[in-house]
Amino acid sequence: MSARDTSARDSARFIRRDGPALGEAETHARLERTWATPPGLWGWLSSVDHKQVGRRYIVTAFVFFLLAGLLALAMRMQLAGPNQTLLTPDRYNQIFTMHGTTMMFLFAVPVMEAFAIYLVPLMVGTRAIAFPRLNAFSYWVYLAGGVMLWVAFILNVGPDVGWFSYVPLAGPQFGPGKRTDFWAQMVTFTEVAALAVAVEIIVTVLKQRAPGMSLNRIPLFVWGQLVTSSMVVFAMPAVMVSSSMLIMDRLIGTHFFNPAEGGDALLWQHLFWFFGHPEVYIIFLPATGFVSSILPVFARRPIFGYTALVLALFATGFLGFGLWVHHMFVTGLPHLGNSFYTAASMAIAIPSGIQIFCWLATLWDGRPRFATPLLFIIGFIVIFVLGGLSGIMLASVPIDSQVHDTYFVVAHFHYVLIGGAVFPLFGAVYYWFPKFTGRMLSERAGAWNFALFFVGFNLAFFPMHILGLIGMPRRIYSYPAGLGWDDLNLLATAGALILAAGVLVFLGNVWHSLKYGLVAGDNPWGAGTLEWATSSPPPSVNFVHIPVVTGREPLWEEPNGLAAVSGLRVDQRELLLTTVVDAEPDVREPSPMPSIWPLLSAIAVTVLFIGSIFTPWAVVWGSIPLAVGLIGWFWPKSPPDTPEPVVE
Amino acid sequence: MSSPCRRAVSLLLFAAFALAACDREDREPRGAPVGESGPGATVQGTLYAGEPTPPDPRRQEYEGNAYHISQGKQLYVWFNCGTCHANGGGDIGPPLMDDVWIYGDSLENIFATIVQGRPNGMPSFRNKIPETQIWEIAAYVRSMSGQTPTAASPGRNDSLNAKPAEQRTPKAEPKNSNPGGPGVEGRQ
Amino acid sequence: MRARAPMALLCIGGLAGCERVRHGVQSALDPAGHQAGRIADLWWLFLAVLAAVYALVLILLLVAAFRPRRRGRVPVGSAFPQEAPTERRLTRVLVAWAVGTTAIILTLTGFSYAVDRDILSLGHRAELTVEITAKQWWWQVKYDDPVPNRSFETANEIRLPVGVPVRVILKAQDVIHSFWVPNLHGKTDLIPGRVNETVIVANREGRFRGQCAEFCGFQHANMALDVVAVPRAEFDAWRESQLAPAVAPSDEQSQEGQRVFLTSACVMCHTIRGTTAASRVGPDLTHIATRPSLAAGTLPYSKGNLAGWIADPQRIKPGSQMPVTGLSADQLQSVLAYLDGLK
Repeated sequence: MSARDTSARDSARFIRRDGPALGEAETHARLERTWATPPGLWGWLSSVDHKQVGRRYIVTAFVFFLLAGLLALAMRMQLAGPNQTLLTPDRYNQIFTMHGTTMMFLFAVPVMEAFAIYLVPLMVGTRAIAFPRLNAFSYWVYLAGGVMLWVAFILNVGPDVGWFSYVPLAGPQFGPGKRTDFWAQMVTFTEVAALAVAVEIIVTVLKQRAPGMSLNRIPLFVWGQLVTSSMVVFAMPAVMVSSSMLIMDRLIGTHFFNPAEGGDALLWQHLFWFFGHPEVYIIFLPATGFVSSILPVFARRPIFGYTALVLALFATGFLGFGLWVHHMFVTGLPHLGNSFYTAASMAIAIPSGIQIFCWLATLWDGRPRFATPLLFIIGFIVIFVLGGLSGIMLASVPIDSQVHDTYFVVAHFHYVLIGGAVFPLFGAVYYWFPKFTGRMLSERAGAWNFALFFVGFNLAFFPMHILGLIGMPRRIYSYPAGLGWDDLNLLATAGALILAAGVLVFLGNVWHSLKYGLVAGDNPWGAGTLEWATSSPPPSVNFVHIPVVTGREPLWEEPNGLAAVSGLRVDQRELLLTTVVDAEPDVREPSPMPSIWPLLSAIAVTVLFIGSIFTPWAVVWGSIPLAVGLIGWFWPKSPPDTPEPVVE
Repeated sequence: MSSPCRRAVSLLLFAAFALAACDREDREPRGAPVGESGPGATVQGTLYAGEPTPPDPRRQEYEGNAYHISQGKQLYVWFNCGTCHANGGGDIGPPLMDDVWIYGDSLENIFATIVQGRPNGMPSFRNKIPETQIWEIAAYVRSMSGQTPTAASPGRNDSLNAKPAEQRTPKAEPKNSNPGGPGVEGRQ
Repeated sequence: MRARAPMALLCIGGLAGCERVRHGVQSALDPAGHQAGRIADLWWLFLAVLAAVYALVLILLLVAAFRPRRRGRVPVGSAFPQEAPTERRLTRVLVAWAVGTTAIILTLTGFSYAVDRDILSLGHRAELTVEITAKQWWWQVKYDDPVPNRSFETANEIRLPVGVPVRVILKAQDVIHSFWVPNLHGKTDLIPGRVNETVIVANREGRFRGQCAEFCGFQHANMALDVVAVPRAEFDAWRESQLAPAVAPSDEQSQEGQRVFLTSACVMCHTIRGTTAASRVGPDLTHIATRPSLAAGTLPYSKGNLAGWIADPQRIKPGSQMPVTGLSADQLQSVLAYLDGLK
């Protein structure tokens, strides 16, 4: 080694910021050292890397999806013929409750959050999500809530009163034991986690965008997650309040829902559905983000109607809070009030219709190439639009009075949820799997996956429209012969099995591709958004150089490479904050190192919540370990010890 | 997930399955078929030839089971026990939520009282209320004085509440209870 | 009816499916009452309009995906250059689309409001009042009358005269249930702490099936009720016979059955008017042999089914409030003889 090389390395050690003075390899190495999570179990438990947390969320959410899917198969086997005795009424009631609860609280919302956690920082061009330790905490709390619920289910203490748990059936007198308490507390866990993630996403999107990414250049996926997170902030508190009231009624004898002592059974429904309706848009809007991300890449033209799509997102988010009474049309509320909610429920079709048009226009004016992600998007349009149209039927009070609480509604919400969220989700998995793992999923298996899903889904759920109209109510563990429901139920069961086969193909595809899939480069699909500007999978630091954005599809605007900003520290974790509207560089902000305190605080919260199922004193005594955890978390860090040189 | 994590998780799942289903939450509408007569029958005296026969353990299922206790509460209302015993405070019949038990406070004793009737006004319900339901009512009566596990005892009524919920009733330790059988509280 | 064509098109499962849709004993598309008829018409209208919209979207999707395009390679990674005239044209179509969507929505909403008003207006013409109290898991039905001693109770069964609107008062004593007879009208919930009301009318004779439509616990699946529409004269005769106390047992076995009934668990829960059995916990059995079904629609009425029900209700409807009473075989036979004579 020559003296010249040694001195170059020595002087590099004193350079603390990236820029022209630091070579590419050196920058990369030092950033990796600064941003990498420590190896081993300790590092895994204390990681605050949004990509690791996001991957965990996705895997966990898919595990819950599979578990809830197995429950659905059990239900379909029980209902395949009349008067079957595969499941006792008690077991069936637990199973349909767990299926709905798991799918809605433990799969649908968390998986959309998961993709946000992983992708939003990458798409806006920053190095970390806002509040990374809160992010880690939210995952542990979510995991604890889900595990608690499923362990309860295995131990025969699982909830059995439906995923929306109406009182008085879920109340202390008619829901004896602790079953409903576990449900209500699981809601608390998952809503704490969801609120935490929502806050992080809003701050990341508003403050941490790459320079040049003004509001009108934000990718539609990010817009969708911003609107979704805002909805979460307003909707989740309603269900937390109602579930807390239910716990209090059951545990300490309050009378929120006791009409004999001044409460009201309908109060539960109002509070729950005030959350419950926005909840389905919280699930749907990120899926529209998936569609708006995937479609331009495979139609090979930028999305048509960007402004209209953004406005449609806001309109849906806003209107979504004004619809909830359509779940209560038959409860005997005043008719004039019901009419208002009919109008609002119909009106929300307009922004959704606009979105559909913009996507169709993009496809029409583009030059499609039919890879698996696009197949799922096409499937989404076919299925979701049908579900939306059956929703317009449900918005009418007279029609709803006939089909409410029947299999017609089951068909409707599966069309909009599976068609509107799960299909785009699978498209998103096929689209972003190369980015997450560095390998491509098999296209052939993907086509089979799609075909089995599409055929199986329609076979399973289309007959349910008819079943509802000919009188089959929801949530029945068996039905008598002779009502004409037998054939259609058998058909639905067959469809469910085909759908399950599609899931198996998907799992096989993932398993095989993780080991043997084609190695993916940075941008295998030729997409335009920023996450494709870094390697697959991205390095711990996300971007070695923070890019400067000049258009909506940065990689398409600048095919010869993006400009970058320099000046961030390479020896400490540092982010660039930009202004809210125009994304001009504003301040530098430190980002936390890995920490075990989020996990410890989550354990304390878990103990507190689970204890309060059994005794109110758990809130008092459980606060102590929680306080210890939070103190450890927020203990002020000493200021950086190395003073910075004034001139470099 | 790393290999030690995977092992830990699978062990946890196995443990969860291995633990018997939580008996408190069983909903068995038929109830355990434990009859009135036979080796485990209830007695009122304290003397035995040889050793006392242990009570049938299946009866304890009624006492620790939330479903049975809540059914007992419903039956208490339906069969008008309140006409004489009010909501536990007693009227022309003795109170049921205090610590004084004339004929014994154990589950078997209460069962025997309901089945056989008692002097000075307690009717006999033999052949009128099926035995499984009498066990449920007996379990509920015990909950009125706080003797059943808190997690299994009923919460507040979904109607007018004349007293605090049974799960929040402090345990009234039975005293001066005539011993009525083996394993009964109050027995010397 | 104007909607036969779309119905035929959309039926899957062939002719059998169509048959089922048009002649169902619990079918919303086989209306036998005024309100159900109007709702079914509204539904067919919605179906026709929305099916046309769906067909349009599908066609546009297929065209968009598969229309022939200029050949030539588009290198991966570059944007296909937009032409301003195309953008402008698409924007105009977008506006038209939004306007069209709004117009369709407004029209459908208007029709919905119109039908809503129409079916609600029936309340003024109700001539009969029935009060239903829903319990887990059966329906207590009380026929009201201005003269109090002409009111009577029955269970799990409503009989109505054809063409006469009946006001149904809906109460619940335990959890939320929902009263739904699809052939006649939409459903209305029965909520503890509230009194709801609906009006039903049957336009033709027949026997229809209703079912609870709000999850209410273990046996929500088996909480059905029979609704029988008969001519006015027949209804009046039925009503008179229901008012009468129970038929006295005529033969020895029935008398023994009555004795068993009054001395065993049956008397704790059931009423038989004309005897000392007056408990209101379970259904009124005064005229049980006239009912079309047992156990809230779970079993069709027959002596054999009644025997099975009394012998082991927990096997037929596990979790229901009827316990296993433990009657001996002789006792059961005599009780059956007695109950089967309660016409």
